[in-house]
Amino acid sequence: MGILSKKDAQLVLDPLADNNPITIQVLGICSALAITAELKASLVMAFSVLFVLGVGNVVISLLRNVIPSKIRIIVQLVVVATLVIIVDQVLKAFAYELSKTLSVFVGLIITNCIIMGRFEAFALGNGPWKSFLDGIGNALGYGVILIIIGFFRELLGSGTLLGYAVLGDPIAKTGLYAYGYENNGFMIIPPAALIVVGIIIWVQRSRNPQLIEEA
Amino acid sequence: MAINTDKNSYTILFSVVMVAIVGSILALAATGLKDRIGENQRFEKQQNILYAMGVNANADEGSVSFIPTTEVAEKFQEIIKEQYVIVNGKAESFEDAYAKIDLKKELDLIKSGEEGKLPFFVGENDGKRYYIIPMYGKGLWDAIWGYLALDENLVVSGVYFDHKGETPGLGANIKMRFFMDDFAGESIYRDGGYKGVSVVKGNNDPLNADKTDGQVDALAGATITGNGVTAMINESVKLYQPYLETLRIQ
Repeated sequence: MGILSKKDAQLVLDPLADNNPITIQVLGICSALAITAELKASLVMAFSVLFVLGVGNVVISLLRNVIPSKIRIIVQLVVVATLVIIVDQVLKAFAYELSKTLSVFVGLIITNCIIMGRFEAFALGNGPWKSFLDGIGNALGYGVILIIIGFFRELLGSGTLLGYAVLGDPIAKTGLYAYGYENNGFMIIPPAALIVVGIIIWVQRSRNPQLIEEA
Repeated sequence: MAINTDKNSYTILFSVVMVAIVGSILALAATGLKDRIGENQRFEKQQNILYAMGVNANADEGSVSFIPTTEVAEKFQEIIKEQYVIVNGKAESFEDAYAKIDLKKELDLIKSGEEGKLPFFVGENDGKRYYIIPMYGKGLWDAIWGYLALDENLVVSGVYFDHKGETPGLGANIKMRFFMDDFAGESIYRDGGYKGVSVVKGNNDPLNADKTDGQVDALAGATITGNGVTAMINESVKLYQPYLETLRIQ
């Protein structure tokens, strides 16, 4: 990344792997379980959080010297809720179809603890540019995990990807299903996401033993 | 410039200013966009009603496509011949009932024992008459709603479901073709009386070949949403029974 200094690049790259908000900090688990039954929903959520966290971090960072510390959590909530509602209203007026797809996610974005966590831990103490990069990095780290989970849950649970039947037709028994393969109904329900997250954490920590906490 | 942000007076001033700014931004957005949003919502209702009676722009087996917003108002005018409200089992003409009547409010009125206006639409397409009944109920997380189209024999010819916040990939699938298409052909009457249509698990009929059982195969992982759909169909449509009876005899 030529345009970013080494330190700035780290802000974006760290949360993608070694400081991932889901697998290392274990934040944002609620939405990671709730909306990853299909890949499309994971993608929509990842982009929404990317937008809200990027812009929200900049707003909080600009306000960081004037926000009274006693009510900073409320102020953070107000900022994120306002952003989400305005986007929702504008979409309803100009891109109604898209807003219908997103309506489910509005509540989940506001309550996503990664967003509050980054406001609190980073944006309140750093300048706008750094905060923007931090927001983008964490949202990407969150999105990557969401997409991995969504990929496996949709593929193994429904035999489709983004709605396309990639393994054949389970009812007409074509493709893989002709050989006796069955969809795993367990992958559709939320506990399956927890298991996929667990496997990702396992793989990640065995590749990088530094991440393992001392007991 | 150092401000003492710990003082109570500053905290209060900050909250007042923040609320005023955020409040006016939101109010401005809401009023400025109100007309456009209202228009979009009217178009959506028209599209949903037409979709339930089989007037759509579906391209292939998997797609749910409505008549485009640019044409829907004209098409709606052309196809939906009559709009009524049903009060105490009697139908009265009511212009633009689809947009002017808030079904949720009316259902609440009826639940509390008062008189409610139930919207009811009659459409004509390819020489066939359809009766369309709006529905409203509860899913797992939030409201679900939809439209049920009956043909002249009061057999379900099509449905449209939508939801506010069901889980994507699970309950949200009630608005997918593979679920909605199963309802076509089911009868809401069995054994001489009104029975509705139920969403059931394990009825051993995933393709829904049996159209006489009033049962539709449920969605995996969406039990409560499915039960909500069953309850919505049964409760909303039941209120229309006294009026539907008069249509049945004719």
